[in-house]
Amino acid sequence: MVRVVFTANLERHLSCPEETVSGTTVREALEAVFETQQQLRGYILDDQSRLRQHMVIFVDGQTIVDRVNLSDSISPDSEIYVMQALSGG
Amino acid sequence: MSSQVQIATRKGLFQLERNSDGWKIQRHDFPGENVSMVLHDPRDHTTYAALNHGHFGVKLHRSSDAGESWEECTVPVYPEGAKKAADPFTENAEPKPASLSEIWSLEPGGADQPNRLWCGTIPGGLFRSDDRGSSWQLVDSLWDLPERLKWFGGGKDDPGIHSICVHPENSQNVAVAISCGGVWVTEDDGMSWTCKAEGLRAEYMPPDLAHDPNIQDAHRMVQSPTQPDHFWIQHHNGVFKTTDGAQSWQEVTGIQPSVFGFAVAVHPQRPETAWFAPGVKDECRIPVDGRFVISRTTDGGSTSEVLSNGLPGEHSYDIVYRHALDIDETGECLAVGSTTGNFWITEDGGDSWQTISTSLPPIHCVRFVKS
Repeated sequence: MVRVVFTANLERHLSCPEETVSGTTVREALEAVFETQQQLRGYILDDQSRLRQHMVIFVDGQTIVDRVNLSDSISPDSEIYVMQALSGG
Repeated sequence: MSSQVQIATRKGLFQLERNSDGWKIQRHDFPGENVSMVLHDPRDHTTYAALNHGHFGVKLHRSSDAGESWEECTVPVYPEGAKKAADPFTENAEPKPASLSEIWSLEPGGADQPNRLWCGTIPGGLFRSDDRGSSWQLVDSLWDLPERLKWFGGGKDDPGIHSICVHPENSQNVAVAISCGGVWVTEDDGMSWTCKAEGLRAEYMPPDLAHDPNIQDAHRMVQSPTQPDHFWIQHHNGVFKTTDGAQSWQEVTGIQPSVFGFAVAVHPQRPETAWFAPGVKDECRIPVDGRFVISRTTDGGSTSEVLSNGLPGEHSYDIVYRHALDIDETGECLAVGSTTGNFWITEDGGDSWQTISTSLPPIHCVRFVKS
């Protein structure tokens, strides 16, 4: 099963504990999470279902390549980290 | 006289209340969050707060108990395939997908539309909700106009709808103003639209385009609630008014010390009386001579008074954004907040001002809670 972890900064806005889901691409894994946490979608993806501009997703330590379709492959034991590019101000 | 003011800032939503001791900050909601717009809907006393999280996008929350609790509702979503205009400053630029970057205006519909909200967004969308923000529909009739592709950003990267005026006696009649896209009016509840910016003048454009209605940078537009054919516009390079329902606009040159600014407020009963927050024109964007003042005209702009009693006399560099000057229903009480986090109130139409705070975050929007 794929482990999906979200930046702790999101906890300010809504609950998003780490999840264990199945899927063969980043998109499939995230959609599996969104099935039970629908409100989370709008915080990670924009209204065109692309990864938000200042978000970044790591799969097994590598940033994903396809930020539009989220088609990067994952394996059954992958770890997905959904992070943000922290900035102040 | 109104006794509550809501202040949307870079670091949260503040609520100010007047009691026997004067005006005090009573609530601070969404601490640390960028609140771009606030609306108290007098029809059902719901407060809406638009947040812009940056990383996590634009959100909309509502409260039915004066801020004691909030629930997240939905935000406007551009339909799949919706495209922004191509960047005019990039050679061979292709139109890019439209994606919500800011809720810039939020207004209630008419009294006969109890659940209606209007929302103006960047990039240049007008949305309508008929269920108090639970769902939104893009107003296609405006978005699909070929003229929309000529709009461009003024201060923001993309064009935006910042002013929505619902006719107080006929809710089918709605006027919107756009930076930079002129003024557009519907008289059939959004089925069709007409550009009504004849008379506005854009001195920053090449001379043969200066009077093009569709590219005018109206910074803010307000409508007289009691004489709704009267509108005022604080435009990028001047002040304009109409007295015939936006059929024609006249430039007003008598506002001192400057005709540049972002905000305008109109007296609720006297349409010839309006207030402005003037600054040095766009190269600089600071108060004239470093003195923050408010200007008032009572004769339709032929003459103006410079109001400074209680405002900082020197070395003040406050700019007032489009939505950060408001007036209550009596016309005596005005509130103004600045990018420097200063906040002032007058209870005598601007003759004298009280400093309420000098340490708020940058202020985006100030609105009285009206009954």
